[in-house]
Amino acid sequence: MMLLETRNLGRSFGGLLALDEFNLQVPEGGVYGLIGPNGAGKTTVFNLLSGFLKPTQGEIFFNRAKITGLPPEQITLRGIARTFQNIRLFQELSVLDNVLVGCQGLSRAAWWQAALRCPGYLREERAFVARSWALLLEAGLAAAAYDKAGQLPYGHQRRLEITRALAPAPRLLLLDEPAAGLNPQETRELMDFLRAIHQEHGLTILVIEHNLRLVMNLCQHLTVLDHGLTIAAGPPGEVRRHPEVIRAYLGK
Amino acid sequence: MTVKHWLNLGVVGLLALFLWGAGRWLDEYQVRLLNNVAVFITLAVSYNLVNGVCGQLHLGPNAFITLGAYTAALLTMTPAEKAANFLITPLYWPLSQITLPFPLALLAGGLVAAACGFFTGFPVFRVRGDYLAIVTLGFGEVVRVLANNLQGLTNGPLGLKGLPPCTNLWWSWGVAVVTVAFITALVQSGYGRALKAIRDDETAARAMGLNTFRHLLLAYILSAFFFGVGGGLLAHLITTISPSLFTFLLTFNLLIIIVVGGLGSTTGAVLAAVLFTLAGEWLRVVEEPQVVLGLHIPGIPGMRMVIFSLLLLLVIIFFRGGLLGRREFSWEGLNDLCRRFLKI
Repeated sequence: MMLLETRNLGRSFGGLLALDEFNLQVPEGGVYGLIGPNGAGKTTVFNLLSGFLKPTQGEIFFNRAKITGLPPEQITLRGIARTFQNIRLFQELSVLDNVLVGCQGLSRAAWWQAALRCPGYLREERAFVARSWALLLEAGLAAAAYDKAGQLPYGHQRRLEITRALAPAPRLLLLDEPAAGLNPQETRELMDFLRAIHQEHGLTILVIEHNLRLVMNLCQHLTVLDHGLTIAAGPPGEVRRHPEVIRAYLGK
Repeated sequence: MTVKHWLNLGVVGLLALFLWGAGRWLDEYQVRLLNNVAVFITLAVSYNLVNGVCGQLHLGPNAFITLGAYTAALLTMTPAEKAANFLITPLYWPLSQITLPFPLALLAGGLVAAACGFFTGFPVFRVRGDYLAIVTLGFGEVVRVLANNLQGLTNGPLGLKGLPPCTNLWWSWGVAVVTVAFITALVQSGYGRALKAIRDDETAARAMGLNTFRHLLLAYILSAFFFGVGGGLLAHLITTISPSLFTFLLTFNLLIIIVVGGLGSTTGAVLAAVLFTLAGEWLRVVEEPQVVLGLHIPGIPGMRMVIFSLLLLLVIIFFRGGLLGRREFSWEGLNDLCRRFLKI
């Protein structure tokens, strides 16, 4: 069964066609990759899928329901979480609080219940704290739980952002260049971490990445974009030999 | 009940004892000063909720304070007093006859302000940053101009005189304690955490499934409610109100308080509200003629403000994040401090 499906998705900014005729089908449990040169429209795809941009044409289906045009917070609650290319942590909050905010979207308690510390709120809060600690332990960030997120080393910030994205219990995780700025050692650790969460949480992952080693190792299927158009799609081994892909990356 | 709760109750008890003593032994001027302090604590702490905790530069608290002040005033004055006030244009009908007890009038002031917060919140939170500042600033001006011109409701520039002096130490400090307790509890809950997350990165907060508009609107409405109640207290403390009392200068004073205290720190807001109100009075000394080292210095009106600005500059230079930054008072923190102090 396809978890995510786009049909003729497109987005233009004024006269610029950032994405056109984009068709993607991601089955449940898969790890899919989205690659392409800079400015190919990869992040536009993510912004459309996560609701930060409204498509100018086409439809998005998630879990067989149409989610085209829904606001980001509703899309997240339906089960699509994302990270950002330039890390967007809550810098001033602690590492633990960052993950707790990730849980907050699931909260059922009203504000007055929270302010008056009603039993329902307290129960929910305890569950969120337990969940956040479990996620931090899994990510190996528990020792830094009370540090300010902005003061973590860069690699840990990347990892925290992914951990935070797991907090609202997504089914599909969108990772925007998770290995950007990481050294080879950190990239290997990240790959292990991604494999672990993929299995543990029964996740489906869609990843944008320039690091080809990560992409080739992790993904079962790649889609290649260039100038907003899909120029190739298929298993990594096939895609890397595709003449259009070589042309897009290296020129003629 | 944990130790912390008992300690909090203890502080409230001590405050009550202090107020009881103050009511007995302090003179009228000092009591008035204490009342002022309490009202400014209420206003500053609720202002800090929107400006400090949510990080939205809201410049319209004077609008909500005006609404609360006028609503409460019109509800507590007796029909005879109203008739004596509204000489040019009579007050609209049901209002001219209604008289409510003070607590209900305060509550009504808060609710009217909150309702207004609800309706203005929709346009306000369509924008962010400087634009939000301008929209709220404009809203403050709109309310002031309306108060000047809706003669049949506000008596225009003449204002309202002879309000019953209902605000006493118990009311002003009672409201201050409730405001501080409620807002602190909210800020320390999951809701407050979400508000701080929105301050740090709204896009990321939305990606986490938070409806940021609703969160911000809630904080805005809650602060509006407490502004309204604070306005009602202020009106019944001064007993004479007019639109000129609620200009942007009032907002500006509150802004100074929360910036000096540390944006985002409730403790800082309380501390700065106390300092600001008391310093404003103590510095009156410098405006009186006096002899320093044989030199006769005539009283210079406005000298207070010069010194005030200098103090502000010092805070800005040496305490970039305000006196407390984003730190908060906590019993645990006090405990740590005591231990460290005793060891050395």
